[in-house]
Amino acid sequence: MLDLTPSQTVGPFFAFGLPFEGGGDVVPAGTPGAITLNGTVRDGAGAPVPDALLEFWQTGPDGRLPTRPGSMQRDGRTFTGFARVATNRAGDYTLRTLRPAAPSDAPHAPHLAVTVFARGLLHHLFTRVYFPNHVEANAADPLLAALDEERRATLIAVPDGGPTGPGYRFDVRMQGPGETVFLDLSTRGSGAPPATTETPL
Amino acid sequence: MTASPQPATQREVSVEIAEAAAAPPQPDGHPDRAYRPYRSTALRSPQRPLVVAPPSLTELTAPVFGPADVAPIDADLTRHHTGDPLGERIIVTGRVLDGDGRPVRNQLLEIWQANASGRYRHDGDQHPAPLDPNFSGGGRALTDDEGRYRFVTIKPGAYPWRNHTNAWRPAHIHFSLFGTAFTQRLVTQMYFPGDPLFGLDPIFQSVTDEKAQQRLIAAYDHDVTEPEWALGYRWDIVLDGAHATPQDPDGV
Ligand SMILES: [Fe+3]
Repeated sequence: MLDLTPSQTVGPFFAFGLPFEGGGDVVPAGTPGAITLNGTVRDGAGAPVPDALLEFWQTGPDGRLPTRPGSMQRDGRTFTGFARVATNRAGDYTLRTLRPAAPSDAPHAPHLAVTVFARGLLHHLFTRVYFPNHVEANAADPLLAALDEERRATLIAVPDGGPTGPGYRFDVRMQGPGETVFLDLSTRGSGAPPATTETPL
Repeated sequence: MTASPQPATQREVSVEIAEAAAAPPQPDGHPDRAYRPYRSTALRSPQRPLVVAPPSLTELTAPVFGPADVAPIDADLTRHHTGDPLGERIIVTGRVLDGDGRPVRNQLLEIWQANASGRYRHDGDQHPAPLDPNFSGGGRALTDDEGRYRFVTIKPGAYPWRNHTNAWRPAHIHFSLFGTAFTQRLVTQMYFPGDPLFGLDPIFQSVTDEKAQQRLIAAYDHDVTEPEWALGYRWDIVLDGAHATPQDPDGV
């Protein structure tokens, strides 16, 4: 095993390195079945975080993960499944995409995988966005099923119809009351977890 | 958890850095998100432990990037304007590997950095140092079949920030990388050998293990240096995280 390269914060000045044209538009406006996802990133004092960056990665409505190169291209036809959005001055972000479906035999309910980066965050955080309409699949999801009601709620988007069609709200609370459930997805997690780690399974 | 009203002195922060360095490093080798000497972590680090979860099929794969995303000129930050940028032209090259030593092939790297004067092309940068009309500071490249990447850029300057009084960042280039799984995502910073600011900088020092710190520092490599043109640095990057055994990508 090689020793890994440690993480460092994304800092405040990622604006010309990371955001790209149409980064939050996984599908163009007006695409049949498109949904919007919007929300606010907040810190431990409840203040909006204006210098966060969120990435999303997901299956399409067919339950398949895109494998075609060109994930930053927005050609109006290809579903790339990848989005990257920076928060604005109010800490808000918006994403337009298609609903994810679970791959066949997947133990997990349909979800978006999310990575959170921010100034002041030395190592990114992983979380997931689940959807409230998948009642049975969510109940059977190994992660959701292991969380108590209050914590589970931080991972489930809230219907929030917007002007452009069906919409959902997903806020990220980095710390404090209502803190979002953040995940340890490392292989280390499959062994004996450190004493300080919650183990739902 | 409120920030102190008075900015700390370097001496006070250096004491905190020394205290943190004496504690055992994080088991995963990454910085502790609640690293006190870096003040902005105070309200932006979770208080609840991370929830251990086996990665989903989604998290065991990663977005795929390719030539449509990256033009060859994106890797030469000195040629993004009509004129030459000011500063010391450098070549930064290396390999991206996973923890098993396998090359991470055809995957995306993105970099961003300050100019030679230590100024970012960003509205939020208040440092009274000149912008360079011939330097923006953002670049992209794809790794090749051996996991190799190569950028041409200029050496960034050190710059002040407001973490504490007289706080200065050592010269660095921000790097963003993807692996073959979403769980391997890495954003980090590459530093230059021998920087006198290393000991004073809470971000660099947030990696408390000395050997791990060394892995953030590029090596000067005269074989990379090109005569009459640019100094060469070599920096290899090792991605962490769960990754699926390579398989038929359409099988997922
Ligand atoms: Fe920086």
